[in-house]
Amino acid sequence: MKSKTTEKFMKVILWISGIITLLILVTILMYIISRGLSKISIGFLTQLPRRMGMEGGIYPAIVGTFYFVIVTILMAAPVGIATAVYLTEYSGQNIWVKVIRFGNDMLSAVPSIVFGLFGFALFVVKLKPITGGWSILSGALTGMLMILPTIIRSSEEAIKAVPQEYKEASLALGASNEQTITSIIIPTAMPGIITGVILGIGRVIGETAAFLLTLGGSVLIPSSIFSPARTLAMHIYLTAMEVGALDMAFGTASVLIITILILNLVTHMVLNRYSRVSSR
Amino acid sequence: MRKILFLFAALSISAVIMIGIFVFIEGYPIFIKVGLLNFIFGQKWSPSEGLYGILPMIIGTFSTTLGALILSVPLSVFTAIFLVDYAPKKVERLINPAIELLAGIPSVIYGLFGMTMIVPIIREFQKSYFGNGTSQMQSGYSILAAAIILSIMISPTIISVTRDALKSVEHELKAGSLALGATKWQTTWHIVLPTAKSGIIAGIVLGMGRAIGETMAVIMVAGNTVGFPESIFSPVRSLTGNIAIEMAYAAAGDHTQALFGTGIVLFILIMFINGFALRIFGKGVKAK
Amino acid sequence: MLRQHVKLILIMVLTFTILMLTVGCGNSNTKSQGQDNNSLGQEPELSGSIQIAGSTSVQPLSEELAMDFMSKYSNVKINVAGGGSGAGIKAAQDGTCDIGGSSRELKPEEKSVKEIVIAKDGIAVVVNPANPISDLTIKQIKSVFSGDVTNWKNLGGSDAPITVVIREDGSGTRGAFEEIVLGKDSKFTNKAIIQNSTGAVRTTVASTPDAIGFISLGALNDEVKALQVGGIEASKENVLNNSYKVARPFIYMTKEEPTGLIKLFIDFVLSAEGQKIVERDFIPVR
Repeated sequence: MKSKTTEKFMKVILWISGIITLLILVTILMYIISRGLSKISIGFLTQLPRRMGMEGGIYPAIVGTFYFVIVTILMAAPVGIATAVYLTEYSGQNIWVKVIRFGNDMLSAVPSIVFGLFGFALFVVKLKPITGGWSILSGALTGMLMILPTIIRSSEEAIKAVPQEYKEASLALGASNEQTITSIIIPTAMPGIITGVILGIGRVIGETAAFLLTLGGSVLIPSSIFSPARTLAMHIYLTAMEVGALDMAFGTASVLIITILILNLVTHMVLNRYSRVSSR
Repeated sequence: MRKILFLFAALSISAVIMIGIFVFIEGYPIFIKVGLLNFIFGQKWSPSEGLYGILPMIIGTFSTTLGALILSVPLSVFTAIFLVDYAPKKVERLINPAIELLAGIPSVIYGLFGMTMIVPIIREFQKSYFGNGTSQMQSGYSILAAAIILSIMISPTIISVTRDALKSVEHELKAGSLALGATKWQTTWHIVLPTAKSGIIAGIVLGMGRAIGETMAVIMVAGNTVGFPESIFSPVRSLTGNIAIEMAYAAAGDHTQALFGTGIVLFILIMFINGFALRIFGKGVKAK
Repeated sequence: MLRQHVKLILIMVLTFTILMLTVGCGNSNTKSQGQDNNSLGQEPELSGSIQIAGSTSVQPLSEELAMDFMSKYSNVKINVAGGGSGAGIKAAQDGTCDIGGSSRELKPEEKSVKEIVIAKDGIAVVVNPANPISDLTIKQIKSVFSGDVTNWKNLGGSDAPITVVIREDGSGTRGAFEEIVLGKDSKFTNKAIIQNSTGAVRTTVASTPDAIGFISLGALNDEVKALQVGGIEASKENVLNNSYKVARPFIYMTKEEPTGLIKLFIDFVLSAEGQKIVERDFIPVR
């Protein structure tokens, strides 16, 4: 009898837990968007901020985010994919695989502010002649290290999921190992790799602490990778905290949240197509 | 080809080492100047007086992290159990993306939410239940506020790692228990949870690492005081917050070195914790 | 299907790379042009670039000034980065940026650079608008911020504990406030809430009924109430005529005596036109 009551009781508790988790998300999203949505307009998206971001729009932050994400991904994606190929196709089981995996796990655990300190000390200060000090390049080099583990992990899984027969068929037809990788394995694993890249984009878009120390935070539109810039997330922090313009912060936060919702949707679409393709 | 790929692959491990070395080079002079023990166990942080003790920040980090774990672990583990064994497919399909999204929300947005929503609620709560005491700590910016926000932020990590651990429990084990007449919950409690124990602990430790490493959300809600906390309503400063708050204005020299020194302590702490998580989880841990 | 996908992405990547390269080249061209122009001292077709870094309090002002300057001379590019007063001073000393910004007085050991005060900023002591108190003496303010007085009733207010909100160690506002109000013999209470920007202090005071804090005069709005200090109102006029004592300078620093484009920009900042921009949020020096 007692076990039955417990069973029922626990069932209720578990349902409640699940629902609370869902509710937390809904509350946060609704709260931010309800306070920020009224702020969003064409002008808000296309104008320059005036008076330290208290008035005007967020155009430079949008351009800055876009520019910055592209540069970071252009640097991180090739390295990440190459690493994944090495780990899955070339390495066998030598000691390096263990070391690299360990390094990867550790890198994904480093707190963002420590990335910031490192990026500041190395890219902003030491390599100033090359990176231009606080700049998109310095930020992107820091950001690249932050998202490498994510891209490596997703790409690795995607490559592992490529059916063995594909490789064997390709090799049997006389293709070299390299040819097999570039024309069979990577294209087949592409959706998984793209998912990893999108996850990486999400992390870059959302990160603030590391980039406050490396990206410079200028509200002016960046003209090259050597100019400082600010991302939307930095703009939220700087408007909310630096100038105390909460309404602008909420408006920017809504734009950011909508961007992230769209990114998530895209990831799912890519993944869905992936599962359909691979089940065929 | 192989060699070129290896060069790329070696970047992640060399990055970790470089980060360690660089932060260490920039920060270690402060250890020599004030002494390592004085730095870690020093009770007063006042750069303008040349006092660099980070014990209040260590306590700040641990109190907020502990609070976050207390709030988050039961909810997250229960949610994971719910998802694996109890939730109908439809509900599962609703909650899984929700967890992904929770993990994807930027920390500044959590901070903004905490600052404008959680902090006032705590302040009103404290006012109405504890009255106008003599305590000066009634602003709502507190350990509690940081713990609540962190508990939300780390729940996706704990849920997803726990969920994977629970899923990897062999089906025969559950079926056997159920066949012997145990109820579903008894099976979960006596069979599934103990079997998945190491995975769950790894998830919790990873969540803990995330709470310790979080910066922006914490500085927006924790109050950032440099004194020792008196209660969960006291403001505190975390190790990460110490760096983020003061880095912008620190004059080059001792002050900057002390902030890098804080970074060293943080780096070692996180490496230790994650090394531990990897160990108990064995190979192939997925930190997400 | 998938093949197309890959091609598409490759094309995208390629386009962006080319885009990036052209933009990058464009920049370096203007840079070299600018140097030529500077050395030749050609006036009419002004072009080139200036790097400004430093104090995050000065940064927004620099950006406003830069925007106006760039709309006047469309071939000039000014980059404004943050980093903090300390970093700004260091960058100006090394010459790694053209102009460093500081929002605190330079320490004696930092005086190796050329400094130009471009604006002044008063520091207002603020409380929540609901607070009945509107005037405190410097001595009373000192006792509150040092933690000797912890309840509003000791200052003639209601019976409520005081929540002290201050800036982080190293901040120019804090440094100036500490020097002027606390003096050498006392320190900030360690029970104070610490925020690392003027906006955050204001938001905290605005939302916390029993809070007191200090913010830049330019950041004052109706969310908070500025206290009179010893009967003197915190206003631009009173800072200018030196009757309101709690104020600090905004400083531009250069490694050497400014020349060429940099001099032109600093002259613009100090001109009537530039000081008009300063006046929107801060106190002009000319």
